[in-house]
Parts: sequence; C-alpha cells; structure tokens
Amino acid sequence: MSGFFKSSIGRKVTMALSAFFLMFFLLQHFAINILSVFSADTFNEVSHFMGTNPLIQYALQPVLLFGVIYHFVMGFVLEFKNRSARVVNYAKNNGGANSTWVSRNMIYSGLFILIFLVIHFIDFWIPEINTKYIVGDMSGLHNGSYRYFHELQEKFVPIWRVALYCLGFVFLALHLLHGFNSAFQSVGANNKYTNGLKGFGKAYAILIPLGFIVIALFHHFNH
Amino acid sequence: MNLTLKIWRQKDANDKGKMVDYKVTDISEHMSFLEMMDVLNEQLVGSGDQPIAFDHDCREGICGMCSMYINGEAHGPDRGITTCQLHMRMFKDGDTITIEPWRAKAFPVIKDLVVDRTSFERIQQAGGYISVNTSGNTQDANAIPISKIAADEAMDAATCIGCGACVASCKNSSAMLFVGAKVSQYALLPQGQVEAVERVQNMVAQMDLEGFGNCTNTGACEVECPKGISLENIARMNREFLSASLKG
Repeated sequence: MSGFFKSSIGRKVTMALSAFFLMFFLLQHFAINILSVFSADTFNEVSHFMGTNPLIQYALQPVLLFGVIYHFVMGFVLEFKNRSARVVNYAKNNGGANSTWVSRNMIYSGLFILIFLVIHFIDFWIPEINTKYIVGDMSGLHNGSYRYFHELQEKFVPIWRVALYCLGFVFLALHLLHGFNSAFQSVGANNKYTNGLKGFGKAYAILIPLGFIVIALFHHFNH
Repeated sequence: MNLTLKIWRQKDANDKGKMVDYKVTDISEHMSFLEMMDVLNEQLVGSGDQPIAFDHDCREGICGMCSMYINGEAHGPDRGITTCQLHMRMFKDGDTITIEPWRAKAFPVIKDLVVDRTSFERIQQAGGYISVNTSGNTQDANAIPISKIAADEAMDAATCIGCGACVASCKNSSAMLFVGAKVSQYALLPQGQVEAVERVQNMVAQMDLEGFGNCTNTGACEVECPKGISLENIARMNREFLSASLKG
C-alpha cells in the first residue's frame, strides 16, 4: 500500500477522503451554529457538550486537525507537481472554453480559505483551547451562566470581522462548487447511479456557506 | 480570407523557440486547417524559408497525429474533431490565429509544432494489452458472452486515438483520460480480468514516471477529446487502481 500513497491516483483518493471528512464536519458545524439563531440556551448546551466531551475533544478533534492540515498540505504539494508538469506555458490559452473558473482556481479559493481558517482559529479555537486546557476552566461559565452564546455575539460586532467571515464563506462556496463532485469522481463514483449527486453537490456548496453567512449577519444586526 | 498566423517555431529540441508572425491570403473557407498550413508551407518553400513542421497522417480524424493548439484550444475551436477536420469556415477574414504545439513536460517539442508522444507508447507497453498465453485449451474469445452495455462502453473507451489533446488541454498536463480509456477498454471485458491488477498498477506507475500532472477533475479533457472519451473512464480507472491496491 505504500506505493498507493505515493501514486497520483492514491493522492487524489486521499485528498477526496479528507474532503469528505471536512464536508461532513462543516455540516455538523453548521447544524450547531444555526441553533444560535433560534435558541441561545440550546446553543450553549450543545456547545458545552461539544467542548467538553472526551470523545470529541481527544479523538475527533485531532482527526479534524489532521484532516485540515493534510488537505491543505497535499493540495499545495499536488499544485506544485502539476505546475512542474508544464515547463513552457501556452502563449494563448482559452481555459474558459472547456472548464469552469472554479475548477481551474481551486488553489486560490483554497488559499483564501486557509487565510480565513487561520483568522478563525485565532478568533475562536485558540481562545477556547486556552480557556479549557491552559487556564484549566472546563466549566464553560462566565458570571454564573454559559459563556458560548455571549462570546459568539461579541465576535460578530465588528463589521470588518463579519465582512471577512462572509468573504471566507463565498470562497468556500466557490471551492465546494467544484470540490464536492470532484471528490466523488476521485474515489471512482461517477456513473449513472451518481448523477443525482451533482445537483445535491451544487445545493450543498451554495446553501451551507450561505447559512453561515446568514448566521453571522443575524448576530451582527441583532446584537 | 486573409489571415495573420502566430506560429511557434523551434529548430530542434534544444532550441529555445519563439512565436513568429505569418500572413496567408486567399484562403478558402472550405479548406481544412491542415490544407491552410500546406498553403503557408508552399509560400515558405517558395521564398526559400524552412517549412513549418507539423504532424499529420490520415487527415480524416482517425490517426490522432495532428497535434495543434489553436487559439488556446486543442484542435481549435470546434468540438469532437481533430485538427485535420477543423475547417477554415470556423474563422473570419482578418482573424489572427495562434498556433502552438502541445505543451507538457512529458511531450517535449521535437521541432516547431511536432511533439514527442512516445510517453503514451511507454504507458501502453506497461500494460495496455492482453497477453495471449495459448495453452491448447484456450477458450475462443467469441464464445464468451458479454453484455451489450459492457461491449458498448468498452468500444467507446477503445475509440481513444492517443492524440494527447487531453494532456494538452488539462491545466495540469494530466494523462488520466488517456490512461483511463486504455484501462477501461480491458476492465470492461472478461478477457481483461486476468491481468487487471498488474495492468492498472503498471500503467499508472508509468504515467507517473513520465512526469504527467495529477487530474483535478476540471473536465477540460473530456470537452476537448475528439472521440468524446468520458470522465467516467477516469473514475473507472480510479476504482480499478483502488481495488488493485487493496488486493496487493
């Protein structure tokens, strides 16, 4: 199997598997975040569960980190290899005649998502890890009540952060518009049985990022 | 019609090469693109210049030799054709047409518009065949029932003429449509099952060795393929490779 991971197809497959994992994670992230629009209490309860459950914290969180890092690193490795496969570029190339802009620019949408993720980690994930594992406060409480909903609202007050957050999800939508179906193609799922997935993929790529944008705008305007 | 042509000129594999402008006049819209190139070459020979080297053979869309990147697309702006089937009616009087060779590290330029596509042949030699090991008891191939669907799909894959338009069109210079078609034409038939594991592993290994890029599923190859080879063949190759890797 070592040859598999070094081969072009093996790398495609592992890129797709990490993409499936990240797309599933995105869905559950959205399912939790959208709760904040409907009920602060429910959002607090679920956030506290996710933030303190040992299975999620010590098993799934490292897998998620590995998945994110692997997807980005392998994405750049493959991009470098692909660029080196054409030494002299065309004087005139009409890429738009045979492929979509999003499919040709996955590296750029991915790069912007990476920038967004770094800011997102600095904003949310690192303070959370600091509170729980450096300070050692696993209570999730602030002034006697759960802090999660309040912290979320506070983050979405500055307009620059909301704008950046929305832009990040626009690039995520562009990335997913090609990435969702591309992942299925990479694992070999492209036949008459999977044609229905193409429409579902487009819906997922637009609706989930749009949902995150709605959540950010909701909290910005309802603070 | 009168045209301006911007054509890649390169003396040999070691020459740096450059784009050179030419004018052609009184080109009939009924001419094929290669006939227009013939007219230009007659002009060049008449004026004592070196004619432009370009690959061509059957001139009826079967051999896959004519490998020109015309106005930013493999085989030019039409669909489902090779360059010899491209007609000048696709262009307008006064147009400027850019003509380049296939660009890929695995397809080095030999001269002008001629590229070395023997990397495809080496991939074929790595496993794109069925060994005929006659034991005396070999079953007649025609006696093995094959479903109409499988036979049609295998035949569709086998229509690949190995022209390299897939590599030329792909932003990554990936050869996966070609290799996918060659793997598929055997994977779909019972005769191809005996060597299925070694075939896909050896052909993919050779493809990687030749320096082609990775497929990122843009689908440009499928659009530009003169024989309409589908992306389903790449998906099938991925399944075959995955299955072969798990088996051993």
